[in-house]
Amino acid sequence: MIINVARKELKSLFASPMGWIILALLMLAFGSFYLQGVNNYFEVMSGSIRPAERVGVTIFVGQTVYGIASFLMLFAVPLLSMGLISGERKSQTLPFLFSAPITLTEIVVGKFLGLIIFLSILVAYILLMLSTLNIWSDIDFGYLLSNSLGLILLAASFSALGIYFSSLTSQPIVAAILSFIALFALMGLDKFFGSQPNHWFGYISLMKHFQSFSRGIIDSKDIIYFILFITTFLVLTIRRLDSDRLRG
Amino acid sequence: MTEATLNAMDLSRQFGSNFAVRDVSFHLNKGEVLGFLGPNGAGKSTTMRMLTGNLAPSQGGVKICGIDIIENPKEAKALIGYLPEIRPLYKEFTVNEFLSIAARFHKVKSSSVHKAVEAAKYKCGLAHMSNRLIENLSNGYQQRVGIAQAIIHNPEIVILDEPTVGLDPIQIREIRKLIKEIGKRHSVILSTHILPEVEMVCDRVQIIDKGNLVFHGSIEDLKQHRLGNKLLIGFSKPPTLTKLKTIKGIEKVEKDEKGMFILKFKNKYLPAEEIVYLAAKENWGLYHIAPHVTSLEDIFMQLTQVQSLDNQPNKVKQT
Repeated sequence: MIINVARKELKSLFASPMGWIILALLMLAFGSFYLQGVNNYFEVMSGSIRPAERVGVTIFVGQTVYGIASFLMLFAVPLLSMGLISGERKSQTLPFLFSAPITLTEIVVGKFLGLIIFLSILVAYILLMLSTLNIWSDIDFGYLLSNSLGLILLAASFSALGIYFSSLTSQPIVAAILSFIALFALMGLDKFFGSQPNHWFGYISLMKHFQSFSRGIIDSKDIIYFILFITTFLVLTIRRLDSDRLRG
Repeated sequence: MTEATLNAMDLSRQFGSNFAVRDVSFHLNKGEVLGFLGPNGAGKSTTMRMLTGNLAPSQGGVKICGIDIIENPKEAKALIGYLPEIRPLYKEFTVNEFLSIAARFHKVKSSSVHKAVEAAKYKCGLAHMSNRLIENLSNGYQQRVGIAQAIIHNPEIVILDEPTVGLDPIQIREIRKLIKEIGKRHSVILSTHILPEVEMVCDRVQIIDKGNLVFHGSIEDLKQHRLGNKLLIGFSKPPTLTKLKTIKGIEKVEKDEKGMFILKFKNKYLPAEEIVYLAAKENWGLYHIAPHVTSLEDIFMQLTQVQSLDNQPNKVKQT
């Protein structure tokens, strides 16, 4: 059943120009940053730096592309997630889901999964793009995989939060703005506590947990953090939808 | 025919301190079209939302073919097809796409989804609209898509909330015909505030007003209410009222504002023949004699007003 809901959601995303435009724009952005990264690599690495400070092409280009990808997701995900529930609320289609033999959990997880599948197209695209470096050099695939995993977990966290804000309102734009603000704050929490790197408040920051992935380290602590983050917001969404049924 | 497919037991729903629906109990028999009648804001839609598991009742319960919708929502919901008041259509999809989604959501096996979609389209006269975007369909066709998604999984019960609202007369006729068709194979609950519609489509009627069930019976009962035992008679040289009262079987004689007589007679008497005979004999100048029909609107007003008077003390107690 979850798969059916996810399929419907994916179909919805591709049925509107919004999905295609976001996909195209992001790919354009990633592509140009990739190109710029490769060009810069030759400029920077052509002898002006001492040999000990040289970095490999994977990290050099990868850092640029994944850095910008995580930043752009911050804008793209709220735009994609805004309509997931509030759009249905606006067009009064929620009763269709509620009266079908599907549980609320299946509805919410299905919608979440649909969005993740959509976003993983982008992650796969980046991975494929960076893999082309392998044609003329020997790249570190482990680094790319760790970054991809980090990016997809980050995007999934954004989506979970986006769905929750989408369930709060019947205006998609309001949902988008709210989730953007919330995500922006969560991303930068560690910056506010820059002087105390180990403060617990900084520990909530999404970016802090993405950083180890972007260095090529897969830390179970970070994976658990993201999973907890996602579960929390999905459960909150289910609770919110259930209160629709209870309170009317 | 006596097997109940749906049982509503003491359904109540409160919004704040207001009762939208109060102690509504009824049942739906297999293969029956039940009309749910009531003025705006009477609690029709609220009841329907509770029947389909879209809204949790404050008290009471609903059983679909013996399955409790609150305890086993998945099993119960699989037996219902529901078309809410505002049709829930994903307008970015084509008719085919939308109906396949509806079929899959309602647990139609993936191998028979295509068959189910074709069957629903055929029943609702949508076959030539298969690849049109729902957004571009006319109001009437959109409504048909709404009905198609409600019957796609061959449910035991089809619940339609005001299916003919906002349609033109031709579309209304077609939709009514469609509902009658559906009623042959499924049990149907139909809500409306259009009175003649109930008479045309339904086998049984219940009238709800201000959250209370005020009438419950077959369409014949309602017609009985409507016809009554009354004759409307016009005389150009009218006799006195007492003279008319002496006719056998006459219970009550009234004169309406146009000078016509309304004679109420007892059951099993048919005084028309005698009145005509007397009128001819005594030269009353009889020019009109016909059964006096109370309009459905009148019955409706009677039923709902009586109830609202009864309700007054309750409401005071409430607050």
